[in-house]
Amino acid sequence: MTTTTAPRRTALYESHKLLGGKIVDFHGWELPVQFESILREHEATRTLCGLFDVSHMGQVFATGPDALAFLQKVNANDISKIGPGKAIYSHLPNERGGVVDDVIVSCLAKGRYLVVVNAATADKDFAWFEKNARGLKVELENKSDFYGMVAVQGPNAVEVVKLIEPKALALPRFGAMEFVFHDHPSFITRTGYTGEDGFEFIVPNEIVVRLWEDLLAQGRSFGARPCGLGARDTLRLEAGYLLYGQDIDDEHSTYEANYGWVVKLDKGEFIGKHLLVKQKKDGVNRKLIGVKLLERGVPRPGASVLFEGRETGSLCSATYSPSLACGIGVGYLDRPDLAPGARVSIVLHGREIPAEVVKVPFYQSPHLKKGA
Amino acid sequence: MFDPKSLKFMKSHEWLRLEGDAGVVGISDHAQKEITDVVFVEPPKAGRKIKQGEACCVVESVKAAFDIYAPVSGEIVEANAEAVKDPALLNREPYGKGWLFKIKATAPGEAAKLMDNAAYEQFLLAEAAHGSH
Repeated sequence: MTTTTAPRRTALYESHKLLGGKIVDFHGWELPVQFESILREHEATRTLCGLFDVSHMGQVFATGPDALAFLQKVNANDISKIGPGKAIYSHLPNERGGVVDDVIVSCLAKGRYLVVVNAATADKDFAWFEKNARGLKVELENKSDFYGMVAVQGPNAVEVVKLIEPKALALPRFGAMEFVFHDHPSFITRTGYTGEDGFEFIVPNEIVVRLWEDLLAQGRSFGARPCGLGARDTLRLEAGYLLYGQDIDDEHSTYEANYGWVVKLDKGEFIGKHLLVKQKKDGVNRKLIGVKLLERGVPRPGASVLFEGRETGSLCSATYSPSLACGIGVGYLDRPDLAPGARVSIVLHGREIPAEVVKVPFYQSPHLKKGA
Repeated sequence: MFDPKSLKFMKSHEWLRLEGDAGVVGISDHAQKEITDVVFVEPPKAGRKIKQGEACCVVESVKAAFDIYAPVSGEIVEANAEAVKDPALLNREPYGKGWLFKIKATAPGEAAKLMDNAAYEQFLLAEAAHGSH
């Protein structure tokens, strides 16, 4: 192992070991890649309920009279659109056409926001926030080490969550609320990374084990299973969600990632706007495009994509899709004009496997209303 | 189902059942647990001639691809079409229906270089001890 720092563990590490979780290093965090089987965990989340430890994710609070102005400055999405009790997915553009991170911003009250950031980027994000908050009346707090986070996902998530906090059922998709769990102020958002209905709990580390055990116990009769990073990755890729550091990064823009709906150019000034305006006007030279294998095989990140015999890019995320029972992937292709149905091939073990450009998301849950 | 005690093993976790020059090859129970959720198997075609230690087959799980090495030299007699159709057989019955291919060994004596079940289990213990921090 070549990590320079000791791997970090979430408060649920011992619980995962007890449940037979197979632990791997994920961006410096020791997390379970699976408990029993990635396929079974994937299936449980699509049809019943999956429980995920996402405590490695970070939490930053922005509070003060200029909190909204600050968030508008660093986000591509229009944070003024969310009032108390609502959350929004957004990108943090940098000044050279890339993305600092993708985040979910929740409005807790007027002038008080919670930003959930990625694990690997939490420190980078916080430094970026502090730099860009100078001169503004906003207090920033990085509480990533204080909170744990658990996602409850799948069509039965409502049944499981009802037994923990019945008020959460009133949350709309991308709703956010505060609640008290075992005397500790905590948060629930109706969000997730699976393409299913679901909830994410943010609670202090000292009570996250109690929450996890409650969810396992209450969830048993609804088919809830603990799930690892393996299923999390197949679920999110099927749902067309980006993985920061793999699908987007400091060098790839929101438009290139085909996430243009996140950019609100009419909201006023924000960091990196001029580059996005230019990209919107001129178009992009490369675009994140979804492909589906037409023959058997499992594509992996890094696999070359050929169009008319010429290399046109490579896959940044790719896997076997349990829901579609075929190989899928996304990659930046230098032919942004390729439309669904276009034939390409993917190079696997030195062989060219026929594939087809398809619309992302690859999978639309029948349990979740379209566009939700 | 073969009794693991009747099999020979490679350090790369393939097993071989050999009777005379008729061999059957698969991956060990330990290997299927490590690989997890096999979703794709590409065994060598019948008629192909392979050498001991040669990569001749690909087994893929959700997470990764694995090369399978020939435990002995010989000619492929049959690929397991059932395992191609239902790759999870490798997880469910690694020593039975989840076999990969049958081979006619040209030098059955090569099997002497492989480990028996007891030696393989010792090897796994040593690997586990070495692998842990």
